[in-house]
Amino acid sequence: MTRTWFDWKTGVVVLAFAATACLPWFVSGYWLGVLTISSYVAVYAMAWDLLFGYGGEVNFGPTFLIGLGAYGAGMCNTYLGWPVWVCIPVGTLAAVIGGLALVGPALRLKGPYFGLVTLVAVLLLSQVINMFAGYTGGEIGLALMDILTISSTGNFYYAFGLMTLTALVLRILVRSPLGLILEASGQDSTATEALGFSVTKFKILAFVVSAFFSGLAGAMTVFYFGTASPGTVVAVAVTIQIIIATIIGGRRSIIGSILGAVFLIVAGEFLRPVGQLSSTLVAVLALIVLVFAPNGFISVFGARRERKA
Amino acid sequence: MTILEISKISKRFGGLQAVDQISFSVAQGEVVGLIGPNGSGKSTTLSLIMGVVRPDTGSIKFHGHEIAGHPTHAIAKRGMAMVFQHSRPLHRQTVLENIKLALLPDTIFQLFTGRQIEEKARSAARRVGLEGVLDQRPDSLPFADLRRLELAKALAADPAVLLLDEPFAGLAPSETREFSELIVSMRDAGQAIVLVDHNVKAVSGLVDRIVAMDAGQKIAEGTPEQVTSDEKVREVYFGKSLDTVEETRDRSHQISDHRLLNVDIKSVHYGQAEALRNIQLHVDEGEFVSVVGLNGSGKTTLFNSLLGFVEYRGDIQWDGQTLRGKKPADIATGGIALCPETRELFTHMSVLENLELGGHALDNVDRRAQIDRVFELFPRLRERAKQSAFTLSGGEQQMLTIGRALMQKPRLLLLDEPTLGLAPLIIESISDALDKLQHESGLTVLLAEQNLTFAVQHSDRIYLIETGSLQWNGAADRFSEEVGADIL
Repeated sequence: MTRTWFDWKTGVVVLAFAATACLPWFVSGYWLGVLTISSYVAVYAMAWDLLFGYGGEVNFGPTFLIGLGAYGAGMCNTYLGWPVWVCIPVGTLAAVIGGLALVGPALRLKGPYFGLVTLVAVLLLSQVINMFAGYTGGEIGLALMDILTISSTGNFYYAFGLMTLTALVLRILVRSPLGLILEASGQDSTATEALGFSVTKFKILAFVVSAFFSGLAGAMTVFYFGTASPGTVVAVAVTIQIIIATIIGGRRSIIGSILGAVFLIVAGEFLRPVGQLSSTLVAVLALIVLVFAPNGFISVFGARRERKA
Repeated sequence: MTILEISKISKRFGGLQAVDQISFSVAQGEVVGLIGPNGSGKSTTLSLIMGVVRPDTGSIKFHGHEIAGHPTHAIAKRGMAMVFQHSRPLHRQTVLENIKLALLPDTIFQLFTGRQIEEKARSAARRVGLEGVLDQRPDSLPFADLRRLELAKALAADPAVLLLDEPFAGLAPSETREFSELIVSMRDAGQAIVLVDHNVKAVSGLVDRIVAMDAGQKIAEGTPEQVTSDEKVREVYFGKSLDTVEETRDRSHQISDHRLLNVDIKSVHYGQAEALRNIQLHVDEGEFVSVVGLNGSGKTTLFNSLLGFVEYRGDIQWDGQTLRGKKPADIATGGIALCPETRELFTHMSVLENLELGGHALDNVDRRAQIDRVFELFPRLRERAKQSAFTLSGGEQQMLTIGRALMQKPRLLLLDEPTLGLAPLIIESISDALDKLQHESGLTVLLAEQNLTFAVQHSDRIYLIETGSLQWNGAADRFSEEVGADIL
């Protein structure tokens, strides 16, 4: 690719990441906690946008993948007593396998039906969690034996590190030839097939990558909270949060997904004093963003979306 | 040397036999034109060859290998490429990157592109004349360059067979010439080319052989001269031969000199393509006026402008008042009813429900009376009143389309290609109904047709459009001597 890999906009982003990494010296543990959650949600959003923004598939079941990662890791810890650093890869693997099992049949369907299948997958997962409440903890959640660390700074760095890694890998991926083919598939799959690409193969790849990061983030999230509960990793409300974060941040933009996620979580915290109203207000704010910047925050920075030749 | 051998391929979509036992072959270094009116199945045939649509039966041999029913990407890898009518390039990438895309290997194990690909992409760009805009993004390119980009993508991998779907649609005459030269140079380089077009004139200087289609079937094959003089082909395009139109239908209806519609359109653009330019026409109360021309000449666009569905420069006056800036719904309530070419019936509703919806603005008594009038006009619809619209035959659907438009009690009826794909007998009965309508109610009609016989039969005056511009207008009885057979 002839694009320069390091222009001034990339510089700004790198500086922003570096500045964020210094935050533990300046902000309270409470805000570090908020940023930790933001980072995990940002990973969910980036992974989701790989499918939606680039692959052109609306996955209504990101929490199916996140949930598999979370419960896979959590149950390994609770019932098998495996250490955290074994449980997390196991959870990630569960998400990837579950994702593959889902995507095979789902990609045979076109348009809205793909989305419906993924939505049903989430509903099935939450049914299973409720049915086997004796093992999974049901609605209340599954208490884990271990956590990542008790230090809020440590937790922040785990989450922030994962987010940085995800952003880096996805950026390399979407700017590679693979990303080009994936974007073309998402835009016009017939024409892409006619150029000799087996579109399904590339979509499966995107789904697997998405499942990997979703599952990994899901597994780490439960070891941050110390519990795995449907409300935090499976509920449809989480899916909606991911979708809103991606869209208000900017579709087809990695930095956009991060900005969207941070905005959602931080705005939610600021509005906590208004109680029940806070989620409504966040939704209204999101709506306002969409009306004035339909392509998300990232479009406000204008040229950021346009790549240098 | 025969490179592509198509034998007896067929495809059925629900009740429609889109392609019916089509056979032809293409040799290396040959340009074959697939022509036919809209809906004749030529684009579907192209899709069948490319594997975008699977054939129900039949065989397609490419380099001697059977490829019928194979996935599109496998067919592409054997050396087939297709340029689609509607292109959607990647807008965030440059022209060069768009061409590179076409050259990438079909594997998930690649994070970097090789030198070679870059060079091949540049050479493909040079072949089509895009070398000056390689670093621009597609949305900054004029329409013709977007076409070039699609062509470059198809050419990049040096395919043995190139399928082109309506390569000249939307191009200006000078651009059409450049594209023809490009196609000739590809043929001279040994590529076999199949191109689809509805405009016989545009391709006859370019193609070595023509396969003419109608209603899914092959009706003629041969050199351009043979095919254009073929009786069957002329009939498909124009209805029965113009000379045999008996001077005929009684045109003794009332025409007032009240100017109902006055059109003065400067231009209509679809993105970069100019679909209409400098169209002036008028319709007086009680008149039957036709706009004729081949498909793609801009007739439907004209209707869409009248109803406010597309933006135009210029002005349209309805009953002395401008229609500019009015919403389609208001224009329709103002007394203009459209029978669209694609019919747009509510297919899962019954005939009666379709009619009732058409007359939603009437009160119950009026509506009942108007339905009775429609049933009188088309007795077939009365028999089918309780059936779902999608169970109707093509002719009955056309009747229902007209009937539903009449339910709006319009002052002007716009008919877009009412004879398309219909058998002569059905056309006859629609003809009768139109005559009756004019005599009894003095309805004003503006018809868009490529079936000249039908248009001449009914019209008081005729406008001829070619590639978006008015070519001729005058009284219907002067049409056949002054324009006559020149159009094909």
